[in-house]
Formats: sequence, C-alpha cells, structure tokens
Amino acid sequence: MEALILLVPVSLLLGALGLIGFLWALRSRQYDDLEGAAARILFDDQPGKDPPP
Amino acid sequence: MTDLKRPFIADAPQSAAACAHCGAALAPAQGRFCCTGCEAAYGLVRGLGLDAFYRRRESADGALRPEAAPPAFDALPLIREDADGVKSLDLMISGLTCGACVWLVEQALAAEPDVIKARVSFSTRRLELRWQGAAERGNELIVLLSCLGFRVAPYTPACMRATEDAEGRALIRALGIAAFGAMNVMLVSIAVWVGEDMGAHTREFMHWLAALIGLPTVLVAGMPFYRSAAAALRAGRVNMDMAVSLGVLATAGMSLVETFRNGPYTWFDGATALLALLLAGRVFDRTARKKARQAVAEVLALQDGMVALIAVDGTTRLVPAASVEAGQCVQIAVGEALRLDGRARTETLLDTAAITGESLPRDFVAGAALPAGAVNMGAPFMLEVTAPARDGSLAAMARLLEAAEQSKGRFVSIADHAARHYVPIAHAIAAATFLLWWVGFDALWQEALVNAVCVLLITCPCGLAIAVPAVQVVANGALFKRGVLVASATALERLAEADCAVLDKTGTLTEGRPVLIPEGQDPQILHAAAGMARASRHPLAKALLRACPEAPLVPDTREIPGQGLEAGTARLGSPAFCDLAGLSDGMVLVYRASADAAPVIFRFADRLRADAPQAVADLKALGLPVELLSGDGPGAVASAAIASGIEAWRAEADPRAKAAHIENLKEAGRKPLMVGDGINDAAALAAAHVAASPAGATDLAQTTADIVLQREGLAMLPEAIRIARRAQILARQNIGFALAYNVIAVPAAIAGLVNPLIAALVMASSSLIVIGNALRAGRA
Repeated sequence: MEALILLVPVSLLLGALGLIGFLWALRSRQYDDLEGAAARILFDDQPGKDPPP
Repeated sequence: MTDLKRPFIADAPQSAAACAHCGAALAPAQGRFCCTGCEAAYGLVRGLGLDAFYRRRESADGALRPEAAPPAFDALPLIREDADGVKSLDLMISGLTCGACVWLVEQALAAEPDVIKARVSFSTRRLELRWQGAAERGNELIVLLSCLGFRVAPYTPACMRATEDAEGRALIRALGIAAFGAMNVMLVSIAVWVGEDMGAHTREFMHWLAALIGLPTVLVAGMPFYRSAAAALRAGRVNMDMAVSLGVLATAGMSLVETFRNGPYTWFDGATALLALLLAGRVFDRTARKKARQAVAEVLALQDGMVALIAVDGTTRLVPAASVEAGQCVQIAVGEALRLDGRARTETLLDTAAITGESLPRDFVAGAALPAGAVNMGAPFMLEVTAPARDGSLAAMARLLEAAEQSKGRFVSIADHAARHYVPIAHAIAAATFLLWWVGFDALWQEALVNAVCVLLITCPCGLAIAVPAVQVVANGALFKRGVLVASATALERLAEADCAVLDKTGTLTEGRPVLIPEGQDPQILHAAAGMARASRHPLAKALLRACPEAPLVPDTREIPGQGLEAGTARLGSPAFCDLAGLSDGMVLVYRASADAAPVIFRFADRLRADAPQAVADLKALGLPVELLSGDGPGAVASAAIASGIEAWRAEADPRAKAAHIENLKEAGRKPLMVGDGINDAAALAAAHVAASPAGATDLAQTTADIVLQREGLAMLPEAIRIARRAQILARQNIGFALAYNVIAVPAAIAGLVNPLIAALVMASSSLIVIGNALRAGRA
C-alpha cells in the first residue's frame, strides 16, 4: 500500500511527460512530413561545407 | 564511391535501355541519355558528388527529364528578407518520387556556399530555402533545380490551403491523448478487475485514480465526435457520431456515479479505449485522402498563372494573373495559355480545345474577343485584358460549378444512411431497457441504468463507425497506388453506382496534343527537322521532337516568331514561311533543307489514346453504356467514336449542351459518370453523378472531378470502377456484420447477462473482424 503512494504518482508523471513530449512534437510540426523524415534518416549528409558564419 | 578511378561513364547505372538520369526508355540509337538535358543533369549530380542518388532512388519513370527551356518565373517578388539580410523563399517542388529525391534536392542546394537552409517536406512538396546574399540568387537556385529535372512553382496560398491541415492535426492530438488515457486507465482498471481481494479503500483509491485520468481524456479526446454530433443535431440530422458521443459520455457518467458510490467496477477503460480506436480510424482515413488532395494541389500550383505584364514604360515583369486589371496588357508567348480574357491588336492563331473541344487551332481576327484558357499556337502577341480574373469567363465558369456542386453535397453516403435508421433505434432500445428494469422489474435505478448503459455500449457503433471508413481507406490506398486520386469522400460510393458513361473526345478519348502522323518521311529528314524543332516551344515543334527525341539541336537555329525556324538555308515552319502555296495553316509543318530543295510536309493530328478502345470495351463489360459528347465537328467525332467502338455520339455540343445532356440523363433516372478534361466539360463534370478527369486535364476540370487519373490513358478507369464496386460490397458486408453482432448481443444486454467488460470485448472483436474484412478491398 505504501508503495502505491510513491509508484502511482511516479508512473503518472512519466506518462504525462510522454504526453507532453508528444504534444510538443505535434505543435512543432514534426508530424507534418512523416514520409520525408523516414527517408531522410537513411541518407548521409554531404560533408565538406563550412557552417555559415 | 569505392573506386574513384573508374571512368565516369562506366559508373552510370547500366540498365539495357533506360536513360541514366531520368530512367526513360531509350531508343536503340541513343547512347546513355534520352536528351541533352538529362546528360547535363547527370554531369551536375556527379559533379556535386551526389551520384549515390541513382543507387538510392526507388523509381525512375522518366519524370525527372529536365525541360529544354524550363518555364521560368521571376521569384524576386516572393523573396522575403530578414533583419540580418538572410533571404528566404518558399517553393512548391514537383517531381519528387521517393526519399532519394528529397535528399538530392537538399544536398544539391546545401552544396551552394551561401545556402543556409534547404529543407523539403516530402508530403507537402514544400521547399523552404534560406540563403545569405543577393536576392537574385533565388532565381539561380531555381535554375539549378530545373537543371536536375525538378519542376518548381511558387508556393501559393492555394497550396498552403490544400496542405495546411489544422483539422488533421487536431485529430492526431486527440488520438495521442486518448491513447495515453486508455493505456493509463487500463493499468488501474486491470488491478480492479483481477484484484478481488482488494480492500474497499484501495478500490476507492483506484476508482478515483481512473476517474482522474479517464474523465479529462473522455472530455478532451472526444471533442471531434461531440462537435460533429452537435453540428448534426443543429442541422436536424442524425449521424454515427451522435451514437458514439452518447455511448462514451453515458459510460463515463455512469463510471463517475460508481466512483462516488465506490461500486465494484468503473468503465473508464472502455470509454477511453473506444475513443482511441475510433480516432485511429479517422486519422488513417484522413491521411489517405490528404495524399490525394495534395497531389491535386501540386498539379494546380504548376498550372497556376504567372503572366508577363507589360508596364507603361514597355518593360515586362511576371506577376500573378489574379493581380492584372482590365485595360492592362500582357505578353503571350508561343505555346502559352491565356490566363485572362482579352483582345489582340493583331491576327492570332489559338488552340481552343480546352474551351470548345475543337481539335484544330483557329484564326482569330484582330480585335476579336479571345477566351481565357486558349493556347497560343501562332506568334507571340500582346493581349489587352478586358476583364480581371475575378470577373472573367473562367471565374464565371467557376461560379456555375459551385451551384452544380451543391447538388452533389446532398448525396447521402451509405454510412449516414445506416446511421439514420440505426441511431434512433439503438437509443430507443436503451431507454426501453432502463424503463423495463426500473418500472417493470422494480430494480434499483442504478441496476437499471447499468443495463441501459450496457445496451448503449454494445450498440455504440464501433464496428459500424469503422465499417465504411476502413473499407474506404484501403480502397483509396489501392487506387492511389494505381495512379488514381480520389478527391471527395463519397466519390467511391458514387462511382460504384454509376450506370452509364459519357466521355469527352479531345484530351479524354484522344491524347489532346498533336502527334506526328507517320507518312513515310525520310528518317534523316525527320532527324534534321526535329533537331531544329528543339529550339522552339511551339506545340507543333514539340510534337515533332517527340517523334524523334534523340535528335540533337541543330546549331544556329533561329526562331522567327509566328512563322518558323531557320538554320542556315534550312527552314521549318508554316507552309507560307516555306513558300508552299495551296496548303492551309493548322496542324502542318513544312521542312525545306534549302530554298530549292523539295518541301517535306509533316502533318499532325490529335491521336486516339492507345488504350481507349479497350477502356470503352471494359466499361461496356461493366454494364456502363458509353456515349461520346464533344464540342468538335461531326467528322472528327464520328471517326473517334468508330475507332474506339462507341455507337452513341454527339458533336458540336457547347458547355451548356453538355451539362444539359447530363441533367437529362439524371432526370431519366440514370447515374452518369462523366469523363472530361476541358474547361468546356467542367459544368457537365459538376452536374454528373460522379466525374473523372484524365491526366493532363485543365485545372478547372481537375478541381471539379471526384476522381483524377494521374497516369496517361484511360485503362485505370474500369479498374477504378471495379475497386469501387468491390469496396461497396465489402462496406455492405461490414455493416451487415456489425448489425448481426448487435442483434445477438443486444437481447443479452437487455436481459442483464452482459457486464461492461464483456460488452467491451464484444465491441473490440467486432471492430477487428470488420477491419480484417476491409483489408480485402485492396485486392481488385
């Protein structure tokens, strides 16, 4: 019983963190181009260009 | 890139006869590239060190062939500048076929030293570009993309509207919340279901925990359903969402009462899981249709009008057609479509196929009213605009369409039809159950309510609500793979019901563009003439080049606008230009190697699509009598009808007559499928029971059509009807199945034999069976 007092809030907190993460990803438009993101991750970036100043 | 010493050429992907860049089939005489544009593009990609692209891409169907003279637009007015001098530009990019294309575009742009950001969204076709330096660089970057074979257009507000999907994002958000809620409530609920030795206080704590998670979830994630139900209620209609809303809210309310009473069970888990399941169905359904909408938006953006406005000082600049006012003048290039109504001060030769269906270009005298939508086949000329876009003939047509579209909005889909009968019955049974137990059996009101809620939960049309959308998602996906876009939600149902087909001729049954008639011309002369034709954008020159695409450009070719091409002594152009009397203008080009050489005549015609007879035969086999309805002359229509095997045809039908013919068919109780591509077909398309437009149709026809065939030819039309009919059968099966479930389960619920756990299980299993059945819709 005492374990529940601790574990229930912890599990809820972790779940809520996940939900907040999901809502943040949705808001920052990361769900807008699922196909593109899936393809892009497979390819290397071209090295050799200096980062812009 | 393991062996850098290998020669350039040997490294190219060597399939037997496909262009190394665009993958188009090659003629035997061609080397490794189908045209000089592809050769240049291949060199460019190699030069950037990006040739991994050719190994990574998944499809190569010739779509990536760079145009000889890409239709340039001036991006300067679209470029925005930040405070720190960084320029940014949004573009719509066409020709992306797979992830490798996204990579190629991004890396090719990123290799430019001044580009800060180049990001392509694969699903919305939007390219966001940011660079440091002069604004003029924007146009150079666009040229770079054109050289690679991608087509670029401004990212217009219309694109934005088509791709911005606030409602879709709200659905995903609701799904995320519902899934989170369902999983967490389940955690608590399972403890209560199995923990029979649990103390009363622990159980109360668990109930309150479930309520704490479940109630907000039900209230927030259910919003899409509550909104839709409220809208239907206000309009005095009944829909499935009402049953869903009532079922979910009643379950949640009951559970709350049980929480206060500290009863044995609560059912927040069922309510939240149901929401998550239904929302997942909605999200999939929407994603499938969004793909189709975006593909249409992509086509529209490429056609969207920029016109060359001639300013008072004589300079020209490209502006959106919508911003031009009456009285201003725009320059019309050869082969360009008129975006606005107007007059010309000179004689003009226009192809009006899109507006009237005539297959031959027609002469217009100076000062005659020129309709928007016509294509300039003669010399470039100055168009004096007589009406701004919003008042012009295209806008008038669009208004006509809106009126016709509204009648289509009254179509009742099979799901709504089922809901109309189902929802009142289900709710009546639930109410009767409550009264029966409370009054009839003198039970406690709580017990009566539990049984009533069980009825609501079982009748909550989870299977029914998924029955039709699941089939549609699968069928739309199968059609999308075959290059058929389904633009409207009820299009499949209407397509399955169609019982006669009306086809347009020009551009639908025929290819809608001139094709060289082979008359035994000397291949060498054809080769030389096509080489000259490469220098021109005139539609006939392009047709000649298509007949002999491997011909290299003849050096020093000069275009004399409105007459022809000249290279040294050789001439290619109109009969008059080549001093050949007695041959009328029109679909003819004449070639003379020198002034005293014999003239060679190239005739062109609008050819019947190769698969048209087969498609007509298939349509007939599906039980759809086929009619041909065209604005062209009787001779051309009759020959096309005979060649494609159509008995019933009518020529010289203007847009009004076409729409009237469709209306007559509908009044006679028929459900006509109209297939057309032109502006003149738009009214008939809108009036028809269901409308389809072939590849390359005008934008007006594409926006009006329910179904857009993306690939050349009509072969996919009978296929689409077969898939639609099959989907319809499966949807009916699914509805029947969901109802059969209810017929068995509801009496059990009324009798009080079902507790909410069994109700939830029954519901979920019926949904799974319905979804499994829907998956069969993909197989044609």
